[in-house]
Amino acid sequence: MKNSSEIKLTVDEIWGILDTIPDPEVPAISIVELGVIRKVKIENNTVTVNITPTYSGCPATERFKQDIRDFLKIAGIDNVELIMQYSPAWTTNWLTDKAKEKLREYGIAPPIEGTEDKGFLFQSGPKVVACVKCNSENTEVTSQFGSTACKALYKCNDCLEPFEYFKCI
Amino acid sequence: MMTQNENLIHFLFRLGDNSLILGQRLAEWCSKGPTLEEDVALTNISLDNFGQARMIFSHLAEVENNRKTEDDYAFRRNEREFYNALIVERPIGHFGDTIARSFLFDAFQYHFYKELTKSNNEFLAALAAKSLKEVQYHVRHSGEWVVRLGDGTEESKEKIQKSINDLWEYTGDMFTTDAKIDALTNDGIAPDYNLIKENWVKTVEEVLYRATLKKPEDSYMQNGSLEGRHSEFLGHLLGDMQYLQRAYPNAEW
Repeated sequence: MKNSSEIKLTVDEIWGILDTIPDPEVPAISIVELGVIRKVKIENNTVTVNITPTYSGCPATERFKQDIRDFLKIAGIDNVELIMQYSPAWTTNWLTDKAKEKLREYGIAPPIEGTEDKGFLFQSGPKVVACVKCNSENTEVTSQFGSTACKALYKCNDCLEPFEYFKCI
Repeated sequence: MMTQNENLIHFLFRLGDNSLILGQRLAEWCSKGPTLEEDVALTNISLDNFGQARMIFSHLAEVENNRKTEDDYAFRRNEREFYNALIVERPIGHFGDTIARSFLFDAFQYHFYKELTKSNNEFLAALAAKSLKEVQYHVRHSGEWVVRLGDGTEESKEKIQKSINDLWEYTGDMFTTDAKIDALTNDGIAPDYNLIKENWVKTVEEVLYRATLKKPEDSYMQNGSLEGRHSEFLGHLLGDMQYLQRAYPNAEW
């Protein structure tokens, strides 16, 4: 028999549940803090969640889609519809300040706003990414691509710590 | 008489196949990159391309009334039913060959998506805005490597110049259109390929100049991909990519 138990939670409470789901690749922040949850709606006994993926090929998307279903099921919600919303495109500007601080504590330098490069071919002007360990600004990029598409690899020239930087897109 | 919907389907195949086949080629570098950083970079770029292909094919499925799925498009078509530009199916060769192909194609992809953001088709404009952010990092990666190899040692310079020269005859095909795509361009759905070509030439000239490399002379250009005519290499690529779904139809992870 189809489960048709009434949804007793409010939209805000559902946002609260989603905020407890960690990002699969950067578990220090939640998927709400990451900015990928765009809208939550309750209608006809169904919860609809609009998701905007970070990078189009990000494998974490499949994982947190399943997590959303699992977390809402625990809260007694079975009817969940997930909508992939591609426009407007996800941008690092959607990361909350709290999330950026958590990223730094976790060891990933957060994106520096307003540094999307205008000249697309060659990096224009110096971009200073401070070391997450010693805060030195004497750092250099070692690769534009890190362990995931959203991160670049940096190295601190003072304390020699290699670290990741969350790229601006 | 072609309807605009049929034209759009044709255009979506062109876009999706470009990303899918380049993604598959770059994935061949997995665990074989010259350095760990490059291994990771090439496979990350591969993943971006697969992501773009998935977006396009799932939209294509909707346009075709869900008679097929994105997996059908990727794994159950034969080479004559693929419409990717010839340059993306070229074998990976050595690292310089891969970088040269990536640069020539990434520069095209960058200017293509930039123009496509102005499309009056809502899906295409959204796809372009999203993909442009990713492709910007791709072209910077391949462009910087062209400069590093060109303005590098005698050997690296000789090799990358040869890679560029060998690929040149496949570049014209990226800008080829047909009656179906022209009809979409007239309606503001597809971009103006002449403009993309102009911008592409400027980017290529700038990078080759910095790399102290010579731009090859335009001569005979290969073509045929918009009619599904390909080199022998595409069949081998599909044999590898489609093996599992062909041998075990509908297999799921």
